[in-house]
Amino acid sequence: MTNPAPETAPVLPIAGDQPDYLHWTSGVSSWLFTRDHKRIAIMFYVAVISMLGLGGFFALALRTELLTPGRTIMDATTYNRLFTLHGVTMVWLFLIPSIPTVFGNFLVPIQIGARDLAFPRLNLASFYIYLLGALVTIGGMVAGGTDTGWTFYTPYSDQTPTRLVPVLVGIFILGISSILTGLNFIVTIHRLRAPGITWRNLPLFTWSIYATSLILVLATPVLGMALGLIGLDHGLGLGLFDPAVGGDPVLFQHIFWFYSHPAVYIMILPAMGVISEIVPTFSHRRPASYMAIVVSTIAIAFVGFLTWGHHMFVAGISELDAGFFGALSMFVAVFSAIKVFTWVMTLRRGSIRFNTPMLYFFAFLFLFVFGGMTGVAVATQSLDVHWHDTYFVVAHFHFIMVGGSLTGFLAAAYYWFPKMFGRMYDERVGMVGAAAVFVGFFVTFMPQFLLGNMGMPRRYYSYPAHFQWLHVLSTAGAFILGSALLLALGNLLVALVNGKRAIANPWHSRSFEWLTTSPPPKNNFGATPNLSYSPYDYSLTEEQARAQASSR
Amino acid sequence: MPKPLLGEQYSDLEQQDGALQFGMWVFLGSELLLFSALFALYASYRSMYPADFEQAIRHNTLVYGTANLYLLLTSSLCAALAVWAMRRGRPRLTLGLLATTIVMGLGFLVIKGAEYLVHIREGALPGRYYHWHELPSFGANRFYSLYWVMTGLHALHVTAGLCVLGWLSLRVMKGAYSVEHHAGLEMGTLYWHLVDIVWIFLWPLLYLS
Amino acid sequence: MNELLRRLLFLPPQASTISSSVDHLHYVVILTTIASAIGLSLLSLYWIVRYRRRESDDIEPPAESAPTTSLWVELGIAGLLFALFFAWWIVGFGQYLRMRVAPANTYDVYVTAKQWMWKFAYPEGAHSIAQLYVPAGRPIRLVMSSRDVIHSFYVPDFRLKQDVLPGRYTTLWFEAPTPGKHEILCAEYCGTNHSTMRAEVVVLSPEDFGRWLAGRGGDPTTAAPPDGDPAVVTSVGPGKPMSLERVGEQVAAQVGCLRCHTLDGTPHIGPTWAGVYGTQVPLADGTHVLADGEYLTESMMDPMVHIRAGFQPVMPSYLGRLQPAETAAIVELIKSLRDVQAPSPGVVPPSQQGLAPPGVTVMPRMQGDVRVGPNGPEVPQP
Repeated sequence: MTNPAPETAPVLPIAGDQPDYLHWTSGVSSWLFTRDHKRIAIMFYVAVISMLGLGGFFALALRTELLTPGRTIMDATTYNRLFTLHGVTMVWLFLIPSIPTVFGNFLVPIQIGARDLAFPRLNLASFYIYLLGALVTIGGMVAGGTDTGWTFYTPYSDQTPTRLVPVLVGIFILGISSILTGLNFIVTIHRLRAPGITWRNLPLFTWSIYATSLILVLATPVLGMALGLIGLDHGLGLGLFDPAVGGDPVLFQHIFWFYSHPAVYIMILPAMGVISEIVPTFSHRRPASYMAIVVSTIAIAFVGFLTWGHHMFVAGISELDAGFFGALSMFVAVFSAIKVFTWVMTLRRGSIRFNTPMLYFFAFLFLFVFGGMTGVAVATQSLDVHWHDTYFVVAHFHFIMVGGSLTGFLAAAYYWFPKMFGRMYDERVGMVGAAAVFVGFFVTFMPQFLLGNMGMPRRYYSYPAHFQWLHVLSTAGAFILGSALLLALGNLLVALVNGKRAIANPWHSRSFEWLTTSPPPKNNFGATPNLSYSPYDYSLTEEQARAQASSR
Repeated sequence: MPKPLLGEQYSDLEQQDGALQFGMWVFLGSELLLFSALFALYASYRSMYPADFEQAIRHNTLVYGTANLYLLLTSSLCAALAVWAMRRGRPRLTLGLLATTIVMGLGFLVIKGAEYLVHIREGALPGRYYHWHELPSFGANRFYSLYWVMTGLHALHVTAGLCVLGWLSLRVMKGAYSVEHHAGLEMGTLYWHLVDIVWIFLWPLLYLS
Repeated sequence: MNELLRRLLFLPPQASTISSSVDHLHYVVILTTIASAIGLSLLSLYWIVRYRRRESDDIEPPAESAPTTSLWVELGIAGLLFALFFAWWIVGFGQYLRMRVAPANTYDVYVTAKQWMWKFAYPEGAHSIAQLYVPAGRPIRLVMSSRDVIHSFYVPDFRLKQDVLPGRYTTLWFEAPTPGKHEILCAEYCGTNHSTMRAEVVVLSPEDFGRWLAGRGGDPTTAAPPDGDPAVVTSVGPGKPMSLERVGEQVAAQVGCLRCHTLDGTPHIGPTWAGVYGTQVPLADGTHVLADGEYLTESMMDPMVHIRAGFQPVMPSYLGRLQPAETAAIVELIKSLRDVQAPSPGVVPPSQQGLAPPGVTVMPRMQGDVRVGPNGPEVPQP
């Protein structure tokens, strides 16, 4: 392999002679026009955290409104706009880009020993397209007052008096950003792996980003099309889904969920990848089964495309369709369960260090198992008839999206913080924050399961009075959760300035990203490493692993 | 010999060209799924209104669609030959072939425009603008709504493809490609082939009953 | 046990024949969920404590052969789980089929949803708004359609829900064993006042229901609903209650059904409506289909899907041109003709004016009552 970088250093990483990526150049334009995947990741980090804050703010406003059965702080129109705003912001501006664009961007090239993504300029373009999409979407929602819910069901979305087209354009732009990001990861993982890395020792986080990228590239265009058609229907009166001119509104639901169900796996697979890195590192042993995690990752990505109909059991699809979609949905649960068992089995006979990322793993485990099993429950047809479109479903997907994805995001933020910023965070505050996130989450969403059982439909501005005490409980939980998130992220912000300097591998992990310095130099490694061993091989000592990596 | 710039993330030009081509294929896959949503919609509505669809297809002007099919197929051949000529080291021939491709692409748009005019005059417009008295059924309305969306999206792709071909011609004129390194040229023509392939699917759906 | 679990899980009363069996599956599934989440968490907690890293531990453990879970164990777990989930699926799917397939002898009520109210029309001509009156102990089938956007008919006490679509019919059946009142909620977001689109099922004893019907369908002076809302459900009614079959006759005449279909069995351009309901009708592709409400509705909305054997595929679609209650009325009309004998072939068809059987007055066409598609009124294709 020819290599433009100097090959003088005998061991990796080459510290000292190369400044880290944060310092090798300075000035605002060195950030805004950077092509370094790590700097782009940091810019995405700032952007998605802002979106999380925004979406969280909307959530708190909604929960406050629901304190009383009638009007509390806003009218019905505002409420309907606000839950649309909350859904759109959280789904497209936070959850879908979050882990891939921040941690995937930062870590995938390092984990495979590459100097950058395959298309750095495209990566930067992705970021600006994302920003543009975010601006258009939020601007369009605020100015146009879209009130359809994030699902845009026809024919209501054809007829709503509010403006819809700007939001759809915004989400379409965000979709382009998603596709470009996914494409970049796929090509990078295929073509830029360092010598020694095969599909059999590819780090599990990279595997999960790879599977996620496949879904991004294959499902997002269908979403773009569905939203484009809704835009034509609403803006130009094309009536493709309008029953008044012979259209079928249920077809829109099919096309919409063909994207939006796999989108659930876009949100959860990266979080699973994070957990798959954290558990071996802190258990100090290899995963109970590398193959099981890889196979289930790919299988979830694949089966995820075949289960969209379980959103439509009461929408008027045939019994046969409902049967198939229900049965196929069970497969996703089985594959997810395999992952969970593998993580738990990895703990056994390890040498476990219990710290903040592990506490997040513990929270993730409980919430994900509970949320996942309720997923099986709502895929069981006769039960779904009662639960469909009630708070039970709301609680279920928040368990997966917040309990799974957001917890995974926070775990990643803590786990890779030393690598990304070269500093250590305060462990005690981190633990308190993680525990508070768990408690706040539990208090917010557990009552919502019960509300769903009682028959409280979702997207209700006012509700029968006997639901009130559970709503009050849930709102209290939401404020605990909000404060806990501030604490957890504030702790990292403080550590950014005050944290102790981190060494290259503070967790004594064998994963490849810990071979380089913290924070990494601009080109990630001094010389292209030789990564022909498993990133989870703890039978090697750190020195042995390092020697392996720098051998030719 | 002109040599393209090597990105610092690559170890050699071969790896870079490979990555570019692979990326292009992934992108084309993504594009196909964009159209597949429309194909699925078409299939659903056709099974809902089979007789109306057949009638509408019979009323559609086969000659325009078929002429366009020949134009695009031939232009695709020219585009492929342009790459072949570059491999043989004949950039002037490449340029000529690219120009032919562009002319044929423009011809496609002209014929498509003429056909659109016919439809506008008939009133075969999408959705609530549809007022063709000869075929007053809902199914025909569905058909023409889809017809406009599908061909419109395809025409957008043709236009984008023409821009790409124009840019490639400029690059060829500047001598940016060589016998060994012409990944950009290959990728641009690949995109043109996609435009062609989509039409191969649209043609029977919209013109052959 | 049932009652204890139902209260623990905050489930509403079990007020339909299907609800308790659904709840039993519910208990199994949710208890398994809780048990597995807590069980796995406790197991990991135990291992986290048991195998914690002690200060004295060397962080570079000797090269032990880290135990990996064997493929067979993984496959075994996957198989077990799949068996468990599949068992739930079988039970759940069975119940789902029971919910979806109505028994034969149902009492049909026609439901129209619109932003933001529920309207109910009964075969005898009565109608009500926001209150659905049904007899206890008898299977009720709701034939539902929407006037504007998608709504969803949801009765938590019955554990039943069904989306209500514009331009299409969906059905839902239930049987409430005892009299009582149960909340109806709209479960599909339908605009500003979605959350106030509520109504009530009032289950009456059969005698009370009969009395209520008599009060509604008979003398127009007593026909005002008890809730004081005199609005009329069907758009074609002349103001006073009329049975749905009578409304059906009017509609059929207005929109032109009777130009091709006959009511007395006389052969004409289209199949006669006499004696067709509930029979297996032969189709052009050689198969047969049961002529029930669903098939008849489909024939009106989407006539080319199933062509009757021996007839030309010439009928236009009435999608968007018939309002939900009108379609329901035509179905009721056809249903009422099920016992009319079709005369033997060879009888000369009477002129169009004479199509209606004796005793049926065909009302003149009333403009403005028929919704017209974007293409203007359609004429049947030759």
